[in-house]
Amino acid sequence: MKVKSLEDLRKIKENAKDLTSARSGGETRVIVGMGTCGIAAGAREVMTAILEELEKRGLRHVAVETTGCIGMCQREPLVDIIRPGEPRITYGDVSPGDVPGIIEEHLVNGRVVEDKVVGQTD
Amino acid sequence: MAFYRAHVLVCKGTGCNASGSSSVFDALGEEIRKRGLDQEVALVETGCHGMCEMGPIVVIYPEGSLYCRVSVDDVPEIVEEHLYKGRLVHRLLYTTPDRKVKVPRYRDIPFYSKQHRIALRNCGYINPDNIEEYIARDGYAALAKALTSMKPEEVLSEVKTSGLRGRGGGGFPTGLKWEFCRKAQGDKKYVICNADEGDPGAFMDRSILEGDPHAIIEGMTLGAYAMGADEGYIYCRAEYPLAIKRLVGAITHAEEFGLIGDNVMDTDFSFHLHIKEGAGAFVCGEETALLASIEGERGMPRPRPPFPANKGLWGKPSNINNVETWANVPNIIRNGGSWYASIGTEKSKGTKVFALTGKVNNTGLVEVPMGTTIRDIVFDMGGGILKDRKFKAVQIGGPSGGCLTEEHLDLPVDYESLTAAGAIMGSGGLVVMDEDTCMVDVAKFFLEFTQRESCGKCVPCREGTKQMLLILEKITSGKGRMEDLKILEDLAIMVKEMSLCGLGQTAPNPVLTTLRYFRDEYETHIRDKKCPAKACSALISYLIDPEKCKKCGLCARNCPVKCISGDRNTPYEIDQEKCIKCGTCLEVCPFQAVFKE
Ligand SMILES: Cc1cc2nc3c(=O)[nH]c(=O)nc-3n(C[C@H](O)[C@H](O)[C@H](O)COP(=O)(O)O)c2cc1C
Ligand code: FES
Repeated sequence: MKVKSLEDLRKIKENAKDLTSARSGGETRVIVGMGTCGIAAGAREVMTAILEELEKRGLRHVAVETTGCIGMCQREPLVDIIRPGEPRITYGDVSPGDVPGIIEEHLVNGRVVEDKVVGQTD
Repeated sequence: MAFYRAHVLVCKGTGCNASGSSSVFDALGEEIRKRGLDQEVALVETGCHGMCEMGPIVVIYPEGSLYCRVSVDDVPEIVEEHLYKGRLVHRLLYTTPDRKVKVPRYRDIPFYSKQHRIALRNCGYINPDNIEEYIARDGYAALAKALTSMKPEEVLSEVKTSGLRGRGGGGFPTGLKWEFCRKAQGDKKYVICNADEGDPGAFMDRSILEGDPHAIIEGMTLGAYAMGADEGYIYCRAEYPLAIKRLVGAITHAEEFGLIGDNVMDTDFSFHLHIKEGAGAFVCGEETALLASIEGERGMPRPRPPFPANKGLWGKPSNINNVETWANVPNIIRNGGSWYASIGTEKSKGTKVFALTGKVNNTGLVEVPMGTTIRDIVFDMGGGILKDRKFKAVQIGGPSGGCLTEEHLDLPVDYESLTAAGAIMGSGGLVVMDEDTCMVDVAKFFLEFTQRESCGKCVPCREGTKQMLLILEKITSGKGRMEDLKILEDLAIMVKEMSLCGLGQTAPNPVLTTLRYFRDEYETHIRDKKCPAKACSALISYLIDPEKCKKCGLCARNCPVKCISGDRNTPYEIDQEKCIKCGTCLEVCPFQAVFKE
């Protein structure tokens, strides 16, 4: 494919951004608990659902991380969302079916899904 | 394309490759697949991070954790712990030299946190074989900007404004040199990249070539546009096979994308780029010798003028710049000349990459703003002297540079201050020496190199360096006379002033600076027949302290010439006549009974 204009280059850059965007850390972070407890409760399936949803919505600047057990095993799978300048919200008992709703509300509309929240830290 | 939440970057630069990064890469791929993570974790190979000694290096994003000295055996743990469960593998994290702190994030390692990466900005961060990753990092944006909205003179004027000076050694203002070439009469012009990198221990150019080849291609294309050239050569030593492989790939990709070749980006501007492999002689890095070598002649310098800007490759106006110089150009055009000029000191703008080696804790490549002090480089980024020994000197600028001392530690590193102190910026070699280093021996070491690499065309360099070396050999073997110092100094000045090219003109620098700052060490060698650092083997003896000797006989058994005698009742003793001063006895003695004098 030949680059014939500034616009062509911009398009390639736009598509290629995903190639390196995960390396810049991302402003918004989604963190899935992957301790033994989390995995047993289905955290892997939740992770897959998150990745699929992010891809579907083209939310490429979100960093998805994993973390170990944080001692709230009875509420696993746990998913934390941190948006720049906002407190860290922890959702509990997350199932793959909850994922689209949480992502739409919290990441797109900027509204916390209150009934799933199990904790908040600044 | 799948959304990869994590990127695992494995360094496949020459250094890490040598310590086994290829098999680590393969093992990671295998393990990631086995754990079913291949749809969410991307595995990427990169170029050098500049910390090769800690290699193989693996960096995992989005966390930005850097793992050192990763082996195939570590792979299952990294995948299980970090990628699957999100827990750092602490034992593989970088540890500060005092062994106290593990640093979880790449950018917080002192070696990196003080750097200002412009020429190295993509090295270790992108896959050099993937042009799209380069474009994602604003690659070719400068070229697009120039071709669509700037006249060639405007590109030239940005480079002039930036204050960029040649990074290959001379420090000549790049914009001015471009202007000479632009103004030169001729239907055909060339731009050339000097990737000969002959200084022993230097590898900044190699790292850029391997880790970010498109930056050089884009820089050269911008230069060609500014100067009205339509053809370019990259002169790279054949000893850099990976660099050449990456360049070949990058040129092919750039051609496919229409970013070099005929009608670049559908404009009237065309630019064709070739690679010329050199045999790796030091003198071929000198620009006129380099031109001869590309033309297929023997690589020998010729007098200037005429300068290459007027009569260069095949007699046509040509512009030669160093790898690092070219790599700065796209950044200057993208961000503006005044942005670049805001970094650095009054007369030396921007950053410089140094290859830090010797008796220092962290060795590797560091890119710092001009004007950073030697102390910052050696003690902050370098983490201080190995084994907490005392700092003695630093050789700056490679074999043509000079030795500076403790009193220069707070010297801001820029072209002017280094030259005033008797050293040079050179290509950016920085060798740290501690109290166990003999300065006469150091001068001899560097002179041996330049003497051997002298092409022999002019007498002062060919004969002068030889005579100087003979004198140094006399002094280090205890046969020197005080008059020799005067002769040595006179010869050095003569070679410096009379030689045809930069090789001879700078070869005496190590001798002259050590004579200037460490004259007493020369005098001790001559007067007392002693080497104060106990490094010159002819001037030291190995002895055994009978008080400390436990008569174990380990030294005698390990001595390769069997010159140590003694038994269970008599302390061991070394026969000085037969001793070859290899130092084995000192190393093996468990009781520190062997000492040097
Ligand atoms: C003996 C000798 C060896 C040199 N080796 C190199 C080299 O390996 N790489 C390099 O870029 N310049 C080298 N130079 C400097 C080149 O002659 C030339 O000045 C430089 O490539 C110009 O590029 P710059 O203005 O970007 O620094 C050498 C000079 C001499 C005298
Ligand atoms: S080659 Fe890997 S850090 Fe240099």
